[in-house]
Amino acid sequence: MEIRNLDYAIGGRPVFAGLDMDIGRGRVTAIMGPSGTGKTTLLRLITGQIIAEAGSINVAGVDMRTVRRADLYLLRRRMGMLFQNGALLTDLSVFENVAFPLREHTDLPERLIRALVLMKLQAVGLRGAADLMPAELSGGMSRRVALARAIVMDPEILIYDEPFVGLDPISLGVILRLIRRLNDALGFTSIVVSHDVQEISTVADQIILLSSGKVVARGTPAELKAYPSDVVRQFIGGLADGPVPFHYPAKDYFGELLAAGEVH
Amino acid sequence: MKAFEELWDSLVESLVGLGSVVRFLLRLIVNSPRAMLRLDLIAQQIYNSGALSLVIIMLSGLFVGMVLGLQGFQLLQRFGSEEALGTAAAIGLVKELGPVVTALLFAGRAGSALASELGLMRATDQISAMEMMAVDPIVRVCVPRFLGGVITMPLLSAIFCMIGIYGAQLVGVQIMGVDAGSFWSQMRASVGMADINEGIVKSCIFGLACSLIAVYEGYYAMPTAEGVGQATTRTVVTSAVVILFLDYLLTAAFL
Repeated sequence: MEIRNLDYAIGGRPVFAGLDMDIGRGRVTAIMGPSGTGKTTLLRLITGQIIAEAGSINVAGVDMRTVRRADLYLLRRRMGMLFQNGALLTDLSVFENVAFPLREHTDLPERLIRALVLMKLQAVGLRGAADLMPAELSGGMSRRVALARAIVMDPEILIYDEPFVGLDPISLGVILRLIRRLNDALGFTSIVVSHDVQEISTVADQIILLSSGKVVARGTPAELKAYPSDVVRQFIGGLADGPVPFHYPAKDYFGELLAAGEVH
Repeated sequence: MKAFEELWDSLVESLVGLGSVVRFLLRLIVNSPRAMLRLDLIAQQIYNSGALSLVIIMLSGLFVGMVLGLQGFQLLQRFGSEEALGTAAAIGLVKELGPVVTALLFAGRAGSALASELGLMRATDQISAMEMMAVDPIVRVCVPRFLGGVITMPLLSAIFCMIGIYGAQLVGVQIMGVDAGSFWSQMRASVGMADINEGIVKSCIFGLACSLIAVYEGYYAMPTAEGVGQATTRTVVTSAVVILFLDYLLTAAFL
């Protein structure tokens, strides 16, 4: 995956200006950065949910800026995406959720669909939950079912959007192990967007750190820990204040307090 | 001057909104043949919009018919023509009350459910997830719900009219003592196919309008709790106004 000179703005405010990025095949790449830096926007650009204003995004040989809708849908069959909340279809059971892409895109006989779905559910440890409805699952289980659904078509690229948010340590550990295991066993290219520095460092081959719409650092987790940059140090060390300010831009504090006093 | 500008802006906004609804309708129609290959999905929506609305439609039909029986009897008695009660009730129900009240109830029961379901699907990323699985949500989600509503409305309206006529008969014949033979024979003699066709056309058009509004509002709802609530409210309010406006136009057209 190759991103070159990418420009994108939301409501006139530039999110990316001249972004360059490479994501290697068959590796787990983590995209990290402070909130509001455009990580989710980048995922939406990579998956063709939104279109960049300038530059190029090349995903598996397809330019996402000029791709036609039919070709985009063909490409998406080679991609899997795990949404933050799982995004399971609430009117279908766990089994039917995982079977959904197979039923929509293939004419496989029912017996084969059943075997494939059970294999994927076994891979995420939830074969026993096949008959449950999404409302009966915990957050961690929902995400594992969504992961089974994302891999059921054996994609080449697997994208995780904040996969650890709101998970207890056990579920988090399970998802982490699955990311690594699935990547190694099935040879995906995995892209993980996350805030969780410690957790992601244990599974990522490469970390790309974004800040203010630019790549500020890239390297292995060990390289990033020793990176000579204040932004990287602040982010990796979890410091409240630094180049990324604690306060949202505002008027002078005392001036505003005095003005509030005058009003009353 | 400022008021004029605001008026102009809201007019432009309304026209843009109307244009986007028409464009959405065209997308639904263009994708209908593909969606029709999945009859199971449409049948499921007919069940959701139709079968689950049956109780409210039947109860309302019965009460509306009973009120018609009472009011009609009171009025016709003044002119000594109580026997025309069957005709009055049937014409009133088949041409007006059946399609209109069914559509209003449909918008409140099925339309609001459709809009909130689609809005929640948007808010919980289910629509985005489908797009990411290379499944077009318009074909998989919107068209079956739209077609389900369009098919269901005339059927519900027919059931409403049938139960309504029974309600009018219950009050007029069983309680007020109108002659049963006159009630039914006058109805048969005076209610023609043209009256029934008017009711069918109206209920088909109301069904299309209600389903379109519900699916549009739900699909484009803001992905927040407030957005889903607003979409549901707008569905019911817009549907009610559109139904009554269309009813006037159609009644005038049939005169």
